Amino acid sequence: MKNHVLRPLIVVGVIVASMLVARAIVVPSDFGVHERGYMYGWHRLSNEQEWKAVQVRYKTSAGCPRCHPDKAADLANSPHNIISCENCHGPALEHPKDPAGYFIDRSRTLCIRCHAKLPYGNTPRGRIRGIDPDKHYVQAECVMCHIPHNPKPTNQKQEVKS
Amino acid sequence: MISRREFCHKAVIAVGGIMIPLTALELFDPRRLAAEKGGSGTTRWAFLVDAHKCVGCGFCVKSCKIENQTPYDSNVSRTWVERYVVTKDGNTYIDSPKACRDGFTTTKIDQNHQGMKDIRTEDVAKAFFVPKLCNQCDNPPCVQVCPVGATYQTEDGVVLVDRSWCIGCGYCVMGCPYGVRFFHPEHHVAEKCNFCYHRITKGMKTACVDACPFGARRIGNLRDKDDPVTKVIMTERVNVLKEEYGTKPQVFYLGLSMEVK
Ligand code: HEC
Ligand code: HEC
Ligand code: HEC
Ligand code: HEC
Repeated sequence: MKNHVLRPLIVVGVIVASMLVARAIVVPSDFGVHERGYMYGWHRLSNEQEWKAVQVRYKTSAGCPRCHPDKAADLANSPHNIISCENCHGPALEHPKDPAGYFIDRSRTLCIRCHAKLPYGNTPRGRIRGIDPDKHYVQAECVMCHIPHNPKPTNQKQEVKS
Repeated sequence: MISRREFCHKAVIAVGGIMIPLTALELFDPRRLAAEKGGSGTTRWAFLVDAHKCVGCGFCVKSCKIENQTPYDSNVSRTWVERYVVTKDGNTYIDSPKACRDGFTTTKIDQNHQGMKDIRTEDVAKAFFVPKLCNQCDNPPCVQVCPVGATYQTEDGVVLVDRSWCIGCGYCVMGCPYGVRFFHPEHHVAEKCNFCYHRITKGMKTACVDACPFGARRIGNLRDKDDPVTKVIMTERVNVLKEEYGTKPQVFYLGLSMEVK
């Protein structure tokens, strides 16, 4: 073959080869079409494992009664028994190891997310006993007067009244 | 005449262009196409939202943000709760302050640049709360538009994002008709609800389901006939969002009102 045909062909061959090598290095070996097929299944398979390995922070309140039976019993007999411990105390993570001083949320924000009065009678929200957060003892934390684990029988509300 | 420099330049572009869709040359396999259509596994995750039960406390949003490490004070969230207030004169007002992270604590409705609108109690015709999250569609448009294969659907129907592979082009954010995708403020890649994939694959419930005190959120497996959630979806009057888009959403709603967008 003539030189002026051969040389460009070699150049192109080298370019193709180098790009194939680059591609093999950049694209992970498990990248390809997986279970959901051509349309939705193009991906790097090991990414599924990466997502499965994300740390679980909220451990649910199933384990709490073992070490805090008094609190669990109080809560179980109160109108707050529907609320998971972790909603008010934050994610358990490795508690009691970590976080060391487990979180206690005494802020008014915690309570008014359910108890700020909203006049929506057609929703269950309208039926939860509500207060006006701008008027109901604004200066103090709710838990000064109400016991969060059992707001019903033994709270200071009764003491204030009697 | 073509110069030497020009020849090399054009050759690089042409070869590179051919190289990118090289994987498309892979041999077509009909078994894969079958899998694409029906799906074969034993699990297909679906979600059931009972809008009748929601009180807008926002514990779901709070726990989602902490569980999935979405920066707590940013305005973005994988899940959120919308409040709809329909007035007697026929107007609908919708808001979701901070994605409802701290619940709804005032009757004032955030109307963005028009300020806060306080609706008098006697003007309220009806009001309700609607939790929203990724619909894990059977035909996810966000996956179709991804140019690099960074977002995809797993066998059990959950749409995931590969953070190391996403180039941040934003097509999927625009492509989702439900607006569930956003850019993660720290990782700077597309982010979305994935039904807490790390929890459901361990036999747990999603963080939002565990957090909801009122049972407004539930998750189940559609391929399990005895799953209580599946039974509700199969036997009761459930609805989905934006059915007309043909995305086949897998988040089902009880008590959806026509005002919900
Ligand atoms: C293995 C036993 C154990 C389990 C399970 C456990 N705790 Fe604890 N918890 C402890 C101990 C011990 C302490 C005291 C540690 C300290 O003061 O630093 C503690 C402290 C706490 C405190 C802080 C008390 C204070 O006065 O500061 C809270 C709140 C709490 N736990 C809530 C929970 C909740 C909610 C759960 C369930 C998610 C839970 N615990 C599960 C053993 C346990
Ligand atoms: C409605 C929110 C809420 C729920 C639900 C809740 N707590 Fe608490 N908890 C609080 C608050 C607020 C305090 C602080 C009380 C105070 O300062 O008087 C507290 C205090 C505590 C303390 C330590 C302080 C003390 O009084 O000895 C423990 C331990 C505790 N909670 C455990 C639990 C466990 C276990 C559960 C679930 C069974 C639970 N809590 C559910 C709000 C809650
Ligand atoms: C998840 C929503 C929710 C949160 C958060 C919540 N509550 Fe409640 N609370 C309820 C429900 C539901 C009831 C029972 C229905 C009713 O009586 O209004 C109730 C009842 C009460 C009652 C009335 C008890 C009675 O019957 O006399 C008080 C007081 C109360 N809660 C105080 C608090 C305080 C203080 C906090 C914050 C630590 C708090 N709540 C957080 C949902 C909530
Ligand atoms: C200074 C003490 C005090 C503080 C602080 C306080 N309360 Fe009360 N709360 C009372 C008393 C007393 C009553 C009963 C009399 C009344 O309705 O005012 C009451 C009643 C309630 C009721 C029942 C209302 C009804 O219609 O039966 C709820 C719910 C309630 N409080 C929630 C809260 C919440 C939420 C907070 C925090 C944002 C809070 N309280 C802070 C003293 C307090």
